[in-house]
Amino acid sequence: MRNENSKYLIDGKKEKWEVVIGLEVHAQVISASKLFSGSSTKFGAEPNTQVSLVDSAFPGMLPVINQYCVQQAIKTGLGLNAKINTYSVFDRKNYFYADLPQGYQISQFKNPIVGEGEITLDLPEGTKKIGIERLHLEQDAGKSIHDLDPSSTYVDLNRSGVALMEIVSKPDLRSPDEVNAYVKKIRSIMRYLGTCDGNMQEGSLRADVNVSVRKEGDKELGTRCEIKNVNSIKFMQMAIVYEAQRQVGLLESGKPIAQETRLFDVKKNETRSMRSKEDAHDYRYFPDPDLLPLNLNKELIEKIKKNLPELPDQKKERFIKNYSLNAYEANVLVSEKEISDYFEEVIKTSDIKLAKNWIMGDLFASLNDKNISILQSPVTAKKMSQLVDSISSGVISGRTAKEVFEIMKETGEEPNKIIESKGLQQKSDPKELEGIIDKILADNKDKVEQFKSGKDKLFGFFVGQVMKISGGKANPQLVNEILNKKLK
Amino acid sequence: MSEISKKNLTEIVDLIKNKEIKSEEVTQSFITNINNDKKLNSFITNCSEVAIKKAKDFDKNPKLDTLLPGIPIAVKDLFCTDGVKTTAGSKMLENFIPSYESTITNNLWNEGAFLLGKLNCDEYAMGSSNETSFFGNVMNPIAENTVPGGSSGGSASALAADLTPVTIGTDTGGSIRQPASFTGTVGLKPTYGLCSRWGIVAFASSLDQAGPMTKTVSDCALMLEAMAGFDEKDSTSINKKKESYSKNLTDNIKGLKIGIPKEYRVDGMPKEIDQLWENGKKILKDSGAEIIDISLPNTKYALPTYYIVAPAEASSNLARYDGVKYGFRSSKGNNLIEMYENTRSEGFGDEVKRRILIGTYVLSSGYYDAYYIKAQKVRQLIKNDFDESFKTVDAILTPSTPSAAFKIAEKKDDPISMYLNDIFTVPVNLAGIPAISIPAGTDNNNYPLGLQLIGKPLDEQKLLNIAYAAEKKINFKQTLERWWER
Repeated sequence: MRNENSKYLIDGKKEKWEVVIGLEVHAQVISASKLFSGSSTKFGAEPNTQVSLVDSAFPGMLPVINQYCVQQAIKTGLGLNAKINTYSVFDRKNYFYADLPQGYQISQFKNPIVGEGEITLDLPEGTKKIGIERLHLEQDAGKSIHDLDPSSTYVDLNRSGVALMEIVSKPDLRSPDEVNAYVKKIRSIMRYLGTCDGNMQEGSLRADVNVSVRKEGDKELGTRCEIKNVNSIKFMQMAIVYEAQRQVGLLESGKPIAQETRLFDVKKNETRSMRSKEDAHDYRYFPDPDLLPLNLNKELIEKIKKNLPELPDQKKERFIKNYSLNAYEANVLVSEKEISDYFEEVIKTSDIKLAKNWIMGDLFASLNDKNISILQSPVTAKKMSQLVDSISSGVISGRTAKEVFEIMKETGEEPNKIIESKGLQQKSDPKELEGIIDKILADNKDKVEQFKSGKDKLFGFFVGQVMKISGGKANPQLVNEILNKKLK
Repeated sequence: MSEISKKNLTEIVDLIKNKEIKSEEVTQSFITNINNDKKLNSFITNCSEVAIKKAKDFDKNPKLDTLLPGIPIAVKDLFCTDGVKTTAGSKMLENFIPSYESTITNNLWNEGAFLLGKLNCDEYAMGSSNETSFFGNVMNPIAENTVPGGSSGGSASALAADLTPVTIGTDTGGSIRQPASFTGTVGLKPTYGLCSRWGIVAFASSLDQAGPMTKTVSDCALMLEAMAGFDEKDSTSINKKKESYSKNLTDNIKGLKIGIPKEYRVDGMPKEIDQLWENGKKILKDSGAEIIDISLPNTKYALPTYYIVAPAEASSNLARYDGVKYGFRSSKGNNLIEMYENTRSEGFGDEVKRRILIGTYVLSSGYYDAYYIKAQKVRQLIKNDFDESFKTVDAILTPSTPSAAFKIAEKKDDPISMYLNDIFTVPVNLAGIPAISIPAGTDNNNYPLGLQLIGKPLDEQKLLNIAYAAEKKINFKQTLERWWER
């Protein structure tokens, strides 16, 4: 459970304020074709090359629901432990914009495909449950490109009609860190399910952030502002920090908060009013008469449920139980499916404790340095396994392994080859080591005397000498054993 | 004029199948009539040249095992036709050439027919007199300066004047049946979902339905057979087996029960219409049907309901005509909003703007529940009325319209009086059920009047059979002076 002392509060001039945050995450559905047309959804194609007559709203064109997208939404709903609604309706959200060819977006308003659910966040101070209000399916708009020409706007309709899931949280989040954990968790669940790739750079995952503040201890929610279309977790956090401060400032100087839609300006690190409640669009939602209500049969939902992959929470439990990891370690290793797959691949044959330390230590550090994913790492699971094995079998020491890893992470070479070509194998032959040690002891008779008369610290000196002579390759465990015996 | 063009579709198909006549002769006879027309203004686009070529191609290698072998057909300009201008009667689409073919026209071409031309209609099918078309009003061949009805006014006019052997229209609130009634022709609005909407310029999606307009009930059966069918590209299309309406057509209607709804007797209805209705009852009774008085208590709410639902959907359906992607774009305006405003102000006519405004209003927050939601509830009640009636009757007989054709400009500035024209046809669209209008008599100007038969969902066969039996007994004959050729 959460420790109440770790609450995120804003110190105003007069009071302490609590920040209340709700998120509307827009997640692009992984599907070969669009929500209501057969056009491809592939990212990065030439502008306007993946546009059907339906996507560009030619006269007489009609939408036909993509059943695969529906299944993806059901899967995601189940992953969010949410209720799947067997009856849902597609509505039209009407507004004019150049990148919205139909003049309306097909969305779900009153009857979404997924209802209430809940996910668990793992926070440093414990776990916290965050409520999901709903998930609905909708069409994405095209893209307006304003910076290609000084006097005109270009429109690319490749994205027009691509399926989005809008996942709306309850106002349960209380800090930028919780938002970070929430978005990462949603992302992780969808990536496990294969329903959204979560790629924020490509815009596959973006969010509208609702922020309000209230005095610590108040029960009533304050007036909220919605910050539109933020496309990175870092920006979400920055926007929340700024927005909460702004609201506290207003309230403490006796001014009201205007309910409005705001934009986050990344360069200036501030939010700005986009439109007030009075100017808010009247979207004139109504059921799309071109589409029948979506009636899902229970068998389909059950079938999808049965075939769900193991999700992060379940995997975490299993890791803790089967691999004796602590909660923190398990969390880190299941945070992304690729990482957990990598870990399990390595420990198929290798020592769990060593593997865990190497993956979470040196490997993660190298991925961070290079800003690459685990799938792009030159150190594959197989090679990592080899490295770990060579430590546990005593071929190299942990210290040498670091040297070997330094080469692996650059070249992707196999550790065995590096060890062999550089002759890094440990000296583990007791006779050879005994020879070295005898010589050292003979050369340092005075130190041997001092040691025997109680100067224990000199033990380190002898080990150091052995390492020096052996070029660092002497098996440290063996050296200790022999030294202990000889110095008795 | 050529004698061939006077014949009905069934006769022409027989002649072609018996190799007594060539498609080229048939096509040429209609083209001659089209070329001789100086006044009707029923065509927006004339496809004579291509049609003759297609006819010749057909004659070279005639494929006779189809429903419409070598038949030239002009269609309402609301059906998108591949490579042929499709305007929807609007300036907005004045020069719009689709790169695709509507499912319905495609079905016709697959049955051996080919395109003769695109027919005038009210702008975006919004109108009851064909006076809202950007391409000018259409005249009814029954008399100079009378309207042909709408919105499929060009279709009805061209059909009645023998400029096309049959045609197709769309019916959102009566747009096939009312013009059929006004021109002395047969018009069927099928069950919602029987004919695909794919490739038809949308007006009100939950009401729009394509249907045949023909000279006889047999022709109507044949055309419906060619048009109908499941289309996976239209999510509201009904997945059912194709029926052979023409083969199964019979005038044996003995024992069928025909309902007469008392609510369709409206104040101020001309005496002739009352008489027409009485006569219709008598004829059906003589054919062995049983006449039963019924009640459709929510009928009086149909028109106001329709004028909420249809404009609401239209306001959204027509949002795509914004000057960005295709169609008309105003040259005025300094930014996106101004471009939208100018494009839509200049591109749409008054009636379309009126309906967009009404639709936008009824969907607005604060009014949505009072108008749109309430209209949906009433719509359900109207449907329930029909469901309830169909527990006891097989079909319902009513007049098609409250009056015969009126003069051009007579009602143009009085939208309410114009809307009242659809009072008998609108409930059918709201309920999604089929109805047919057949010519049944004339008023004291000798202008034709129609009777409407309303059926159960997907019960087109029975509806056609009853219409067929009535047609035989009514024996409606129309001789036109062909004043438009002078």
